[in-house]
Amino acid sequence: MDPTVYTENTRPEDRVKQPPPGIEGWGADLDPQNRPAVPMERTPPRLDVPWDAPEQQPITVEILHSTERPGITPVFGTSTPPSAVSGMVRRAAFHYSENDLRRWLMLLFADRINVVEGILDDIAHGHIPNIWKEMGGPAEWRYNRQGFIRKAMIVAAIAGVATYLIQQRRRRD
Amino acid sequence: MLAMTYRGPYRVRASHKQEPVIEHPNDAIVRVTRTCICGSDLHLYHGLVPDTRVGMTFGHEFTGIVEEVGSSVTKLKKGDHVLVPFNIFCGSCFFCQKELFGNCHNTNPSATAVGAIYGYSHTAGGYDGGQAEYVRVPLADVGPTIIPDDIDPDDAVLLTDILPTGYQAAEMGDIQEGDTVVIFGAGPVGIMAAKSAWLLGAGRVIVVDHLEYRLEFVRNWANCEIVNFKDVQDMAEHIKKMTDWLGADVCIDAVGAEAAGNALQHLSGVKLKLQAGASTALHWAINSVRKGGTVSIVGVYGPTGNMVPIGNVVNKGLTIRANQASVKRHLPRLIEHIQAGRIKPSDVITHRIPLEDIADAYHIFSSKLDNCIKPVLLPPSARQ
Repeated sequence: MDPTVYTENTRPEDRVKQPPPGIEGWGADLDPQNRPAVPMERTPPRLDVPWDAPEQQPITVEILHSTERPGITPVFGTSTPPSAVSGMVRRAAFHYSENDLRRWLMLLFADRINVVEGILDDIAHGHIPNIWKEMGGPAEWRYNRQGFIRKAMIVAAIAGVATYLIQQRRRRD
Repeated sequence: MLAMTYRGPYRVRASHKQEPVIEHPNDAIVRVTRTCICGSDLHLYHGLVPDTRVGMTFGHEFTGIVEEVGSSVTKLKKGDHVLVPFNIFCGSCFFCQKELFGNCHNTNPSATAVGAIYGYSHTAGGYDGGQAEYVRVPLADVGPTIIPDDIDPDDAVLLTDILPTGYQAAEMGDIQEGDTVVIFGAGPVGIMAAKSAWLLGAGRVIVVDHLEYRLEFVRNWANCEIVNFKDVQDMAEHIKKMTDWLGADVCIDAVGAEAAGNALQHLSGVKLKLQAGASTALHWAINSVRKGGTVSIVGVYGPTGNMVPIGNVVNKGLTIRANQASVKRHLPRLIEHIQAGRIKPSDVITHRIPLEDIADAYHIFSSKLDNCIKPVLLPPSARQ
């Protein structure tokens, strides 16, 4: 027999695996009637909802909405409205649909601008951000001291070589 | 109040913010008693989710005490101890009518491609989340569930996301009795999916990861087989060998956009952002499942696109199922499972960290330090 030809010798019923013994609750939801979600998409839902549509939340801050929907939703979040330069980029991004890669790239760009704005805002409010602490430095020192020292030595070595090469080039010039 | 605030990629801190107020007649204000960091929060923490704004508070897994309710709220009252599903949903729109509560059309103005989620960027609605002392809970008559007296608060907080998500991952696999189920990812959701696969009648459950301590945990806790992909030359080939050269009946992607295991995927997806994250686990799932099998995706990916072998999906005749978990739909049955002792989700909690130490908590979870599987954050008022 050609060994490269796959021949099914196992009866289908023998291919059904048996679970290891002692599994608490095995097959408790095997019967679809016992599952919470059969039919998977149930209309109407089991919830008792007191409205046909929720009433409109008052708009108290600037809310950007997708071009793929007709307007703002009845309910929305009001955290951190768009502001400053990052806000301008976000507003521009929302002119593009979710189908357009430019929208998402602009939003990621706005996020990076926003990080710089956050640092400037901290300083303007007399707060120097403790980057070491914000990045979980104390936990790194406590749980991964060797790894931290190794990474610090690699960074120091790269910085040292770069400094040396720059000095050499200046001397040549 | 004290709240986690995002400052930039890999930078968070506990800050004092203004307490939330009632903004809609059906809002409630909840004083948080338990909150967790989710694996999907790490995508925000790493700066991968577009429109994640500095100053936002993350956190979509929380329980709390109702402190105040809006004028139209009828089903909750001050003092109720509630668990709050991570989805914010109206219960009445086209999608909620089909119990797709994770796809509600009335709560996220920013995007139609994703529903509204607490503390998950403006792409998911711009709501502050529960990693704080207080949180605004919109549509309080629909989302929150009062915690039954016999449910431990630690189990309750894991009913807000990871247990329903793991369960739905298995459910979407349409597992038939005796099926072989392979789960990629031994994080909290993958662990819950492994347990759920047994409940749904699987005959064999295999979990794949590269972190030995998590694989050991899931082997002992969910009684499954494990594969460390660092020990494997080729994942699809290995799974075929384990399954009589057929492939698994069901493969579950419980990893998402920051998968390890493939340098090219990691470079292009995570570092260079040329695709919406590293889709290594999904790639493996498609190539490891048998022809005619099902791939279930609960790992989170970005909104643009990913490199996956879609031709193999076609040629193998696969069924792809995916969604954010519709938490509220699953709660009645999952509460029964906990009450019956079939599953104890809080066993995955490895760390209890004060909210004040939020930056350390994120770093420990993100970098997998101290054998961390699931950290719970405790606000000051919850520790008194």
